[in-house]
Amino acid sequence: MTYAVRKTEVSIRRADAGACIIAVRGEVTTASEKTLTEGYAQASAPGTRAVILDFSGLDYMNSGGIGLLVMLLVRANRQKQRLLAYGLNEHYRQIFELTRLDEAIGIYGSEAEAVGAVGA
Amino acid sequence: MEERTDTQRSDAANWAKPVRTLSTRDVPAGAIDANVTGRRPVGATTGFGKLWQKSFSVRLDGAAVTPQEVIAIWKTHFGDFWPKGQRMFLPAGGVAPGEVGLINASTMPGAPQMASGVLVVYADDESFSFMGAEGLPFAGPLTFSAVDEGGSTVVKVDELTRASDPFWELSLMMPVLRERQNNIWRATLRNVAKHFGVEGRVESRIVCVDPHWQWSQAKNIWHNAAFRSTLYAVLRPFRRR
Repeated sequence: MTYAVRKTEVSIRRADAGACIIAVRGEVTTASEKTLTEGYAQASAPGTRAVILDFSGLDYMNSGGIGLLVMLLVRANRQKQRLLAYGLNEHYRQIFELTRLDEAIGIYGSEAEAVGAVGA
Repeated sequence: MEERTDTQRSDAANWAKPVRTLSTRDVPAGAIDANVTGRRPVGATTGFGKLWQKSFSVRLDGAAVTPQEVIAIWKTHFGDFWPKGQRMFLPAGGVAPGEVGLINASTMPGAPQMASGVLVVYADDESFSFMGAEGLPFAGPLTFSAVDEGGSTVVKVDELTRASDPFWELSLMMPVLRERQNNIWRATLRNVAKHFGVEGRVESRIVCVDPHWQWSQAKNIWHNAAFRSTLYAVLRPFRRR
């Protein structure tokens, strides 16, 4: 059987003065490195205190994708920014729990909750 | 290029279910089953030392074998490709999501075997990944994969790991021990290549991506598998049979 492979697409928008949202659509694998890294660079302009990852459009992730998220987290820590996420379905929440990424990336149920957590 | 159909690929069957702690089953005779049951799997965010991104690879030039065929063989015979002195035991399910493997390894000359284990967190037909149990030297994913590059299958081992506690971090600052660890993967890849009739040269790329120690994780030393394995070896003659 052959499968459609949906590339990684990101779009960036500002949530408030201190937070930017990166909406991730498609797949997150090692092939997503350039797209995610460039997206993070755009999102984490000076003055950004937090970057929020919107995973509501995530279709597929392998262990390479988890590695990428670890690298984003390293970058966020280096820039003294918080990394948060929302939009994970139950399957991907379980993966974050399995890989213990949920201990380092704040997971929220909605954009409003995530943005609210930045200000808290 | 992938052929487009209406079927979107799914990763649902590729991931292990979340577990709070690990447990072993079907332990073969001769394997030391210690420091695994009751331990949590550890990721790169829960390790102590500097974060290293390590990639080891070997090209199977001249071998008529696909990435999927390599991974199928590697999953079935994973322990057979490890170098002498390191042993891995997997249950009958082999390398499959959720399975727990036991590791009995020599860490340094003269020291008792270190017993620990790994969880297979991910497996598909082109790769599989492990996360170690608390106490293993490394915290973070270990990924084994094969990919077609320019018409040849390239076999890889990728680490994105921190030393799990201060003892391991200081140990791995010694070049001899650090290279001993890196050479495990070089030897493994040479063994995989040899299986397919190739005397391949292993390429390595090792980069420190975060030089900071995570002091909040220093407490991981409580689970250090080397210390606990030594204690296990000393107390073994006195265990109730």
